[in-house]
Amino acid sequence: MAALQVDLVAADRQVWSGEASMVSARSIDGDMGILPGHTPTLVVLAEGDVRIHSGEGVRTAKIDGGFLSVDHDKVTIVSESVEGDGFSA
Amino acid sequence: MGAQIRVYRQRIRSVSATKKITRAMELMAASRVVKARAAVMESAPYTHALTKALSALATYSNHPHPMTTEVENPQRAGVLILTSDRGLAGAYASGAIKESERLIGELRAEGKEVAAYLVGRKAVSYYKFRGREYAAEWTGNTEKPQVERAREISERIVEDFLKPTAEGGLDEIHIVYTRFNSMVNQEPRVLRLLPIEVVDAPKDAPASNDILPLYEFEPSAEEVLKAMLPRYVTARIWTCMLGAAASELAARQRAMKSATDNAENLINTYTRLANQARQAEITQEISEIVGGASALAESK
Repeated sequence: MAALQVDLVAADRQVWSGEASMVSARSIDGDMGILPGHTPTLVVLAEGDVRIHSGEGVRTAKIDGGFLSVDHDKVTIVSESVEGDGFSA
Repeated sequence: MGAQIRVYRQRIRSVSATKKITRAMELMAASRVVKARAAVMESAPYTHALTKALSALATYSNHPHPMTTEVENPQRAGVLILTSDRGLAGAYASGAIKESERLIGELRAEGKEVAAYLVGRKAVSYYKFRGREYAAEWTGNTEKPQVERAREISERIVEDFLKPTAEGGLDEIHIVYTRFNSMVNQEPRVLRLLPIEVVDAPKDAPASNDILPLYEFEPSAEEVLKAMLPRYVTARIWTCMLGAAASELAARQRAMKSATDNAENLINTYTRLANQARQAEITQEISEIVGGASALAESK
């Protein structure tokens, strides 16, 4: 339960993949945070920022809506277009 | 210089110029096809993630959605045809168009009305030349497709699909694209896009340590499904477009390679002919000189 395995995926590329301690994103019902041990969930995301808290600090990416799925501490964020600072393409 | 040689030399020059162009196009296609294949690879995680989420959804919820339910008596079908903007790619565009004609013929035989959605100038000019009607067209950038284009197409198609049949809505949608098998083999394929066939639910019985999690859906399974299906359609179209782009470039590379080879053969042939003509001219001159000299000697 130590860390989340996060994949941030855009339509044309895998944007980022790595470990994180927390992920927060804006769902269509409001902001939500994911910590290790979260129950398996499939969430519809609204347009907004996704923040990934990892050992190297917080990374922020702007997405145009998409999905977030959590499953056994594996978080997958899927969006058609992702713009972010601190993410190498 | 004799007239014959001049003609041959001219041909050689013109064929060499053509060869330069076809060679350049071959090299360009070769370098772009590498990028196109990389783009196919890079889009894989997205499609994979969507497919996984959708199959989890399909496994754990049973909400019917118009995009997944088969219409009992389909009357109108849509066909999305992916072709290229430019020719010079061998049988690439005509292969896809031919396959679409076959499909349309089949659909008509089943008593369905067919609406065509065209991608690429080749398909558009094919339809315009024959004065046929089509529902929509998208041209430009078929070699290097953009996600935005895939989304545009999918929005339009989903909108038409969800209209009631009476208002010109479609009951099923097929996509004709050219699948990239390898650098030397691309085949036109038909894929049914909508209604979505139930996504590959866990193929083999889930192993005991790999049970699919019991998902919670937020805000609700229905909402998630509603938001996810159009994206899935976009992803399918996007994947097909990328495959088609790679196929187009591979086909162009091959076509340009054989054009370059043909040009080389022509240059060889003309060089030989020119040499022969030159030799004939020399021989003729020699015999003229010899003839002239012996005539002079005799007259003395």
